[in-house]
Amino acid sequence: MPKRQLRVGTQWLYVDEAEKLLREAMRIQAEEQKKLEEGGHVQPWYRRWLFSIDHKVIGIQYAITALLFLLTGFTMMILMRWQLAHPGTPIPLVGNLLGSANAPGGIMLPEFYNMLGAMHGTVMVFLAIVPLAVGAFGNYVVPLQIGAPDMAFPKLNMMSYWLYLPGGLFMMLSFFLPGGAANNGWTSYPPLSVIGTGQTWWLIGMIFLITSSLLGSVNFIVTIVQLRAKGLTYMRLPFFVWAQLVTAFLLLLAFPPLEAAAFMQLLDRVAGTSFFLPTGLVVSGAPLEVAGGGNPLLWQHLFWFLAHPEVYVLILPGMGIIAEVIANNTRKPLWGYRSMVGAAVFLGFMSFVVWAHHMFLTGMGTAISAFFQTTTMIISIPSVIILTALILSLWGGAIRFTTPMLFALAFLPMFGIGGLTGLPLGLAAADIHLHDTYYVIGHFHYVVAPGTIFAMFAGIYYWFPKVTGRKMSDRLGKIHFWLSLIFINGVFFPMFIQGLAGVSRRLYDGGAQYAHAQPVLHLNKFMSYSAFLLMAAQLPFIWNFFKSIKWGEKVGSNPWQATTLEWGATTSPPLGHGNFATVPVVYRGPYEYSFPGHEFDYYPQHVPEPEAPPPAAPGGGGIQQAAVAQREN
Amino acid sequence: MDAHAHADGHAAAAHHDIEIPYTVHSRPDTGLYNGKLGIWLFLASEVMLFGALFSSLVLLRTSDPNWPHGYSILNIPLATVNTFVLISSSVTVVLAWAYLRLGDLKKGKLFLLLTLLCGFGFLIIKAIEYGTKFSHHQYPSTNNFFATYYLLTGLHGLHVVGGMVVFAYLLMTANKWYGAKRDQFTNRVEVTGLYWHFVDLVWIFLFPILYLL
Repeated sequence: MPKRQLRVGTQWLYVDEAEKLLREAMRIQAEEQKKLEEGGHVQPWYRRWLFSIDHKVIGIQYAITALLFLLTGFTMMILMRWQLAHPGTPIPLVGNLLGSANAPGGIMLPEFYNMLGAMHGTVMVFLAIVPLAVGAFGNYVVPLQIGAPDMAFPKLNMMSYWLYLPGGLFMMLSFFLPGGAANNGWTSYPPLSVIGTGQTWWLIGMIFLITSSLLGSVNFIVTIVQLRAKGLTYMRLPFFVWAQLVTAFLLLLAFPPLEAAAFMQLLDRVAGTSFFLPTGLVVSGAPLEVAGGGNPLLWQHLFWFLAHPEVYVLILPGMGIIAEVIANNTRKPLWGYRSMVGAAVFLGFMSFVVWAHHMFLTGMGTAISAFFQTTTMIISIPSVIILTALILSLWGGAIRFTTPMLFALAFLPMFGIGGLTGLPLGLAAADIHLHDTYYVIGHFHYVVAPGTIFAMFAGIYYWFPKVTGRKMSDRLGKIHFWLSLIFINGVFFPMFIQGLAGVSRRLYDGGAQYAHAQPVLHLNKFMSYSAFLLMAAQLPFIWNFFKSIKWGEKVGSNPWQATTLEWGATTSPPLGHGNFATVPVVYRGPYEYSFPGHEFDYYPQHVPEPEAPPPAAPGGGGIQQAAVAQREN
Repeated sequence: MDAHAHADGHAAAAHHDIEIPYTVHSRPDTGLYNGKLGIWLFLASEVMLFGALFSSLVLLRTSDPNWPHGYSILNIPLATVNTFVLISSSVTVVLAWAYLRLGDLKKGKLFLLLTLLCGFGFLIIKAIEYGTKFSHHQYPSTNNFFATYYLLTGLHGLHVVGGMVVFAYLLMTANKWYGAKRDQFTNRVEVTGLYWHFVDLVWIFLFPILYLL
């Protein structure tokens, strides 16, 4: 009987030889892992878990904190949705826990509703989504994807987290102070925000958060520019890294004006200045005792100069995650990678010159409105390019319908709805009708909730095995996905109908006293119950998340058969500080799936061509590499 | 996340074993070491911070017909002296860096000290100016002219203090670090110097806009 042969890489080997090779590869892997782990003395627990300078631990810290804030912001919204569906009725279960200053007899006071509204927006944007998208995913994944041992400035990275957390806690603690939390909307328009209560803590919290994100953005840009592995040129970067790079530039350049504005508003509140207070302001029937001469619109300009780029800070990392997941699950390269990169960079530039489309109704003049209307129409083009490229990437792919892929697939039409409904808001004439209605709320929630948050879920399911070495349950993931998709549309779609009818976004009773709202008032109950069910739909996720850390299916270093460095070039999780047993060298683009003539349907970035000489020592990634090295030696 | 899932991997990881590439020497294709790129990016964000404040000043001033001229209120001779003090300190910090590059620690330290003293001199003169204004009951709440004056010069003053703290630290650790990690120490002086030039430059803009116009 002839001895059977097995093909490894480009070579045919007898099975006994192949077995020897496999054992050798496993031995090398174990050795490298051990070397990585025995790098030095054991750190005390607080250095490992609280004040770690390892980007992976900091990423996990960001992820946990941001997910908790996400839940907090969601809970605030649930309380508000009860009030909108049943105005003036005691909140069941928790109503009496809110305190008599907020909800006497369990019935929410208008002031408390305003606090929840302002803080829901602030928490979701500044404490949940951005820290999750940039702080967590960026921190954990970017250094791994570019083959770096850590961020360029590890201590600065730790400091970013430790400015973010107190900033967030300051804001949350303001709920328990006399006068309560900020209640002037997340946009904090003066003069109300200067004369209102709670705002001082909001501003101090913001200054912490801005400083944190400033340090983070410097760190990200330096890391990506300086620490890319050998051979990893800009056009070989995974799209996720590009998205993070553009995001970091937006944070770096757009946040400082808000920091300036926050200083000025703080001085208006505590030092009696009048940066944002006009002359002759009358409050509660009495003239306000300030010098005056200030300009409330100045705040709006400075605020939106940040807050519009911030929209792209919210969406770009999400698009990056979606690109990774789609390439991996369609098993083919992204369609139009270069156009996507170009579009992301152009998007970044343009996002600095569209801010005043939030201010069409301030009377700033038709010429300025026309300018910002034009730039706003132009900025929709790169978003469409990216979305189109992602949709075309599906064409002809052998799609794997994994849980992350389902979230990625849902992202495409959901973000499409969010983006397209933004166009009428960008046109000054249409905006006159739609401004400050529920239509606006529907628009940006479609972008951020079933858009960005779905992308975040895709990312969590996708990179969970990299962090823990275990997969999350696919069955629970699919339950989570389908229920979330249905109910999230139930929450946000009726907002368009209410908004077109003219229902204002800040009504404490949901429009019960409002003539325009009467024909569409019944939708409030539908939206609220959808929101309650949406919260219930997160239970499978929460259970899945904790259960899988302990009992999830154990997987190796590359369970998705992915091409990018964080999967192939690392050893099995958990990864030690320093990430790579040997420094990876990159030989090709990020998404070489179904590479013609290649043995497997994925061709990792760090695997050398069969003809090329091997790197000094192969990275810790599996039999395939070991085989190549073995043959050459 | 569950501590157990990670304990093994991170427990043994020794932080000092990790070497971040290009902390000291330049990456060939960018020609920069990490700290230098970092400080340029930081300064870019500082340009946006002061840019926003200058723009606010322009907007507030142009919309207020009663806005006073700076020269009618502020002390130009003192501010002129301060301008020269700051410009001198920009020269001394370059000299400090140059001597450290040439291997002359003694002169390097001398010029670092001179830079620090210039910073002190600037702050003292600034304090005299503030004191005079306060004694005339001219506070940030008086009007928006004084509000912007105190905000811009105050924020600039904080930047001066920040730079001085770093210079003091560099001076105190010079003997130790210059011996052990000469290139790294010299880089630190260079990077702080870049920041210091920026602080100087902000003043070069502040002086005409606040005092002379």
